[in-house]
Amino acid sequence: MATEHSKSSARFMIAPAVFVLLVWMLVPLCMTLYFSFADYRPMRNTFDAWIGFSNYASFLTSSSFLSSVMVTLQMVAGILLITIGGGVALALLLDQPMFGQGIVRILVIAPFFVMPTVSALVWKNMFFNVDNGLFSYLWKFFGAQPYDFLSQSPLLSIVVIVAWQWLPFATLILLTAVQSLSSEQLEAAEMDGAPGYSRFWYIILPHLSRAITVVILIQTIFLLSIFAEIFVTTNGAFGTRTLTYLVYQRVLESQNIGLGSAGGIVAVILANIVAIFLMRIVGKNLDN
Amino acid sequence: MGRITLDKVQKKFGEVEVIPPLDLTIEDGEFVVFVGPSGCGKSTLLRLIAGLEDVTGGEIRIDGKPATDLPPAKRGLAMVFQSYALYPHMSVRKNIAFPMKMAGMDQAEQERRITKAADALNLTDYLDRRPGQLSGGQRQRVAIGRAIVREPAAFLFDEPLSNLDAALRVGMRMEISELHKTLATTMVYVTHDQVEAMTMADKIVVLRAGHIEQVGSPLELYKAPRNTFVAGFIGSPKMNLLTGATAAKHNASTIGIRPEHLDVVSEGGTFTGRVGVAEHLGSDTFFHVHIPEMTEPMTVRAGGEVGLRHGDTIHLEPRAEHIHRFDDKGLRFACHA
Repeated sequence: MATEHSKSSARFMIAPAVFVLLVWMLVPLCMTLYFSFADYRPMRNTFDAWIGFSNYASFLTSSSFLSSVMVTLQMVAGILLITIGGGVALALLLDQPMFGQGIVRILVIAPFFVMPTVSALVWKNMFFNVDNGLFSYLWKFFGAQPYDFLSQSPLLSIVVIVAWQWLPFATLILLTAVQSLSSEQLEAAEMDGAPGYSRFWYIILPHLSRAITVVILIQTIFLLSIFAEIFVTTNGAFGTRTLTYLVYQRVLESQNIGLGSAGGIVAVILANIVAIFLMRIVGKNLDN
Repeated sequence: MGRITLDKVQKKFGEVEVIPPLDLTIEDGEFVVFVGPSGCGKSTLLRLIAGLEDVTGGEIRIDGKPATDLPPAKRGLAMVFQSYALYPHMSVRKNIAFPMKMAGMDQAEQERRITKAADALNLTDYLDRRPGQLSGGQRQRVAIGRAIVREPAAFLFDEPLSNLDAALRVGMRMEISELHKTLATTMVYVTHDQVEAMTMADKIVVLRAGHIEQVGSPLELYKAPRNTFVAGFIGSPKMNLLTGATAAKHNASTIGIRPEHLDVVSEGGTFTGRVGVAEHLGSDTFFHVHIPEMTEPMTVRAGGEVGLRHGDTIHLEPRAEHIHRFDDKGLRFACHA
């Protein structure tokens, strides 16, 4: 982009892409905004273009709102806990020299390529199923009563499914971070008399802190919008109704598009608050 | 105390023998330099002493006590790495305190030692900075500080100056030598730079392919290199080695003449050649002279202001008492011709 001429031609050439992106994002957003102020219930043939903030008021004051926010936060926190903890452990393991390292690494990354719906179905039918699930066989093998995961501890079950999907992502990023740690630092710590756990705590973990913040940031953004796993397994029942799922229910099950749109806008605002919050932490961590 | 004894120490990586069985004694308080070309096993040898690598055979004793199977931390040795290996997320103070913290030393004693080390190394103003905010020389000093506070039986240095620029390197060389004089602790120092070896060492160990080629004081190695390898490696610029008919005149298969032992004469002389590249250093001038007896140019040291130009004819006369003679195995003859 050296000259005026190349600058203007570059602008001209990226214009279509920018235009498509803007339309792609802005049209749905504007329509959602528009509907959120309307009383729009197609099944009852109701359409009132402006009813003020009453959609927002009823969404925010409904008892399901607060509980869905709490469920969302619990779910995200649970998944982050498992993926970060498991990711660090797996990254340290995969960093060890071993036979068939390349193949093992590809296998570890594989779950990330499975579609959410598919993985949720596989977990639901092959692992969690009370009659034929692998866990039930395992329980029976040890003489225990099979445990109905999806109805007894539904939130945990979904957390496990999603964590299984995101573990490879965390592992991959943390593995590259582990590999970038200079071996001389570890050797210096060894000479300094630091036993294994001290080396992990004082050298490896601080070295991984940046990678961990990046993983938390990216995962949180994606995890706030978990849908398929809930849809496939519990349908939002048994206290697994997240904010995203609540919006879906308002729009499609209650056929109240206005209320759902208001919920959608609330979700966008909340997600942005979380994102800004996280960005600040990450920015602070990346500066050091 | 810090007397390190290596008894038939051997190291293999798989089938490759990096260090064939080797004996060496490092006396207490000595400054020993391992020197050799890259890949000669000098760093591996240091790591064996440190305990960062396991020996394949033989025994290491520190102060007479077997240390072969001791983990690095239990050997009472401190190491300074080429990359300094400072902990980037800790302040200088915490870096220096780390080994003491690991040893569970009490806070007051830690503080006392940190202050002492920081004083000795001019780090007092930087104690609360991170390593990333320091210059190369300062980082080097922090690494040394971290080693000092442990009060080890011996210091191990693995090419500590190779990441510094030339001016700083000379300064740090002096500082490390000073440190050795004040602490009077054994130091084992690995370098590929023979100037560092010559200037700092009490005892130089010249290594090639894991073999010890010669052990001796800097001047012993300079005056009486045991073979052509040591002769070519020690001394700067390199010794000129001549073979064939010229060597046969001295009843040897190879003779060596150092650049500083050749005189420029106006007439005659043993060698006559054409001046190639001249390196003017001010105090000295090194001429690379093309002579028919050698394929490579012969290096000659002359005074600072010699009026010779590229392409001029030059006559050279070696000082007879400084001609080194080697036999067909490259070994030095016992006495001069």
